[in-house]
Formats: sequence, C-alpha cells, structure tokens
Amino acid sequence: MSARVTIATAQRVLRQLRRDQRTLALVFIVPPLLLTLIKYVFDGQTQTFDRIGGPLVGIFPFVLMFVITSITMLRERTTGTLERLMTLPLSKLDLLAGYGLAFGLVAALQAGVTSAVGFGLLDLHVDGSIAVVVLLAVGNALLGMALGLLASAFAQTEFQAVQFMPAFVLPQFLLCGLLVPRERMAPLLEWISYALPLSWAYDGLQRAVDGGAAGPIARDAAIVLGVTVLALGLAAATLRRRTP
Amino acid sequence: MAAVCVRELDVVRGSTHALRAVSVEVPEGRITGLLGPSGSGKTTLMRAIVGVQVIRRGSVEVLGLPAGARELRRRVGYVTQAPSVYGDLTARENLDYFARIVGAAPGRVEEVLETVDLVRLSRRPVSSLSNGERSRVSLAAALLGRPDLLVLDEPTVGLDPVLRRDLWATFRRLAEGGATLLVSSHVMDEADRCDELMLIRDGRILAQSPPEELLRRTRADDLEDAFLVLIEGAS
Repeated sequence: MSARVTIATAQRVLRQLRRDQRTLALVFIVPPLLLTLIKYVFDGQTQTFDRIGGPLVGIFPFVLMFVITSITMLRERTTGTLERLMTLPLSKLDLLAGYGLAFGLVAALQAGVTSAVGFGLLDLHVDGSIAVVVLLAVGNALLGMALGLLASAFAQTEFQAVQFMPAFVLPQFLLCGLLVPRERMAPLLEWISYALPLSWAYDGLQRAVDGGAAGPIARDAAIVLGVTVLALGLAAATLRRRTP
Repeated sequence: MAAVCVRELDVVRGSTHALRAVSVEVPEGRITGLLGPSGSGKTTLMRAIVGVQVIRRGSVEVLGLPAGARELRRRVGYVTQAPSVYGDLTARENLDYFARIVGAAPGRVEEVLETVDLVRLSRRPVSSLSNGERSRVSLAAALLGRPDLLVLDEPTVGLDPVLRRDLWATFRRLAEGGATLLVSSHVMDEADRCDELMLIRDGRILAQSPPEELLRRTRADDLEDAFLVLIEGAS
C-alpha cells in the first residue's frame, strides 16, 4: 500500500465529484431540506422532531454515500478504468482507502452542513454533544460507502445499482429503531434488526443524542466499524485483477 | 530474445472457446502486429499477455515472468480498445492521476501529451473529445511509465490518416528506443508497418513470421491475399 497512490486516488475521486455540480448540490442540500420537511411535518411536536431529527443527521450520510459510491464504482467497472487500474502498480487497498478518504471527507462536510441547519436554524435540540453526532455520522457514511462498494459488484447497470438503495438500505432504515423502537417490534423482526449494521449505527446515534455514556456509544461505533471493515474486505475480494 | 512467450494457451470465455492451443512469441524491441477479423481472439490473447484474463490451460511468460506478476505492473502498458479514462476529467487530470500511480517523473505528462498531439485539447473534459482523441488520451496514459512492453488493442481505429501515420511513427520511435510493441488491428494495410506478424482466426494462430517471409511463402501479392491463402490452406 502506498500513501502517494491513496491520496492521488482520493483527490481524483473528489475532483470527479466537484465536476458534477448537480450531485454536489444534492449531497449538501437534500439532507437539510429533508430535515426541514420533517420539522414541519411534525409541526408543534418538538419532542418528536428532536427524537427523529437528531439521529437522522447521522443517518443521511449513510444513505447518500451508499448510492454515490455504488454508482461511482460501477462506472469504474463498466468504463474499463478499473481494469486499467488493476494492471497498474496500485493495490486494491489503495483504491478502497482512496475512496474512503474522499467520501469520508464529503460525509463530514455533509453532516456538518446538516447539523448547522438542524441545530442552528431549525431549533433541533439534543442533550448530548453535537460533535459526537457528527463523528458518528462520518463513521456511518464510511459504512454506507463500504456497503456501496460491495453492492456495485452485483450490479451490471446503473439502473440496477440505484435499485439496490431500496433493497439494501430501506429495510435497514425501517428496522433500525428510528420509526418504531426495536423492542416493540415482532420478535423475528427484532432479531433481524440486530443483524443489520444500521441498527447499531442508530443505537449509537440515539445514545449520543441523549447524552449517554461514552462506553456504550464506543461499543456501537466499534460494531459499525467492524462491519465496515468486513464489507471493505469483501469488496476488495470482488476487485479481480483477472476476469473471465 | 522473446519478450512474450505463449505456450499452448487455451481460453474459454462464456460459451466460446476464444483461444485454442495458441503458441506464439513476441520478439523483443520490435513491432509485432496481431491481425485478424473481429471476434478472432485478438483481444483475448492480449488480455492473457497483460495478465487480466483467466486462462484454462497453457502458460504465458512476459519479460521472463509469469503474465500478471506484480513486478510487471510497472513494465507493461496496456491500452484497451475502448478508451479507459475518466470522461468527467480533462486529459491532463487523467494523466496526472495515472502518472502519480506509476510514479512518473514530473514533466512526463507534458511529454506524452505532445507524443499523442493532445496538448491543445488537454484542458477539456475527455467526454467532450472525439472517439479518436479519447483513445489517444488512453494511449498517452499507457506511455507514462515508459513500459518495456506496450500492448495496444486497435489503437488506430477511427483516426484520420495523418494522425495514423504519426502514431505509427511514434510506435517506431518507441521500438527503436528498445520497447517491445504488440499492436492489434483488423486492417491489413497496417501490416506492412510491422516487423513481425501474427495472423489469428477463430482462436487459432494461422501464421507467425515477418511480412516479407509471409509474402514469399504464400506467393501472394499483398498481405490481404496472403491471409486468404493461409485461411484456405487451413480449412
């Protein structure tokens, strides 16, 4: 692995993203806009907005990074640039870490913008530390990125890749505990929710929002990190230097 | 000395037997033309030499190492038929990125841009360039690391005649500088620009020899005819 190649890859990915103004606008405008929408949907129910809005700041990056990464990586596969990279002195880890660095940065910015709007303009209130929420948001974005990289291996077209969003992400979103507390779900669903990484991500966020103790938050974050590393390992295995 | 040594190579892609018992040698420091119709196995053979093709049987040795060996990634340049560069970046940005991967010296990007005559267009997004221009960006990227072996899959398709002549002059210069080139084409009129020819059809090598020898042996007037004589001889 080489720091030079990793950084070059991250810069290249960011440069591509910067060229795509519309996507950038979506990345930075959609989450604050949705947050605003939620505030007015729950007009007058401040508590509900606080309960949902706080953790959402950390869940948006997960969803968006999943979509963006799976499509960017699919493009690398279909345009032949991945094949070119695989013939060059670049390790798979350089490529994955380069992606991680670039999208981690974007996620931090996105979480920053969303929190600024949420906590600054929309009177979103949390008992815990906003910095911890943003930090967890970056971790969740990396989880989304890792799963997106993995998912891209199973898509042949961008159309399919987009469909993976509802297929991979929506069930996790429904079961993570944000909409209905997990202990109130049917036992089967509750068990399933324990197997899904977003549930742990949500647990951590909820604890952070409530100003919970550092220990359990760190444990939740460690689980998210573990799944991220696992997904990256699996994604690396799908990057083949030799193909049929 | 052979830069590439292919022995009894069998490749199956999907339901097609893409290469059957192919044995060829690519001589060092020369331009070898790999000629044959579309679908004859040219790309598969090149992919096997670069080491990105899963093979069923046989061996491929490149610069004394098994094809695809890690050490070869700095020494082999591969240009696919479809230009494999980032369309949303400019030619210069593409080359800057690949240059940093191969660790090319500063100033090398400028040199390769001049080699493929793209300096003027280097600040435009690659997606706004013509197909020919795009494939030159792709070629430039492969030249960055001064590879010992260059594998070029139909590099001159769709180029205007002047540019095609210039590119062949570039290939000649590279070969004179000691590089080995393997260039595929389905156009026979490019054959006499090569030092050595490989004729391939239906996954089988029909002949490998220098062009003059091929003409003498088949008693044909031109290489197109020589190819036909060989095909008829084979069937």
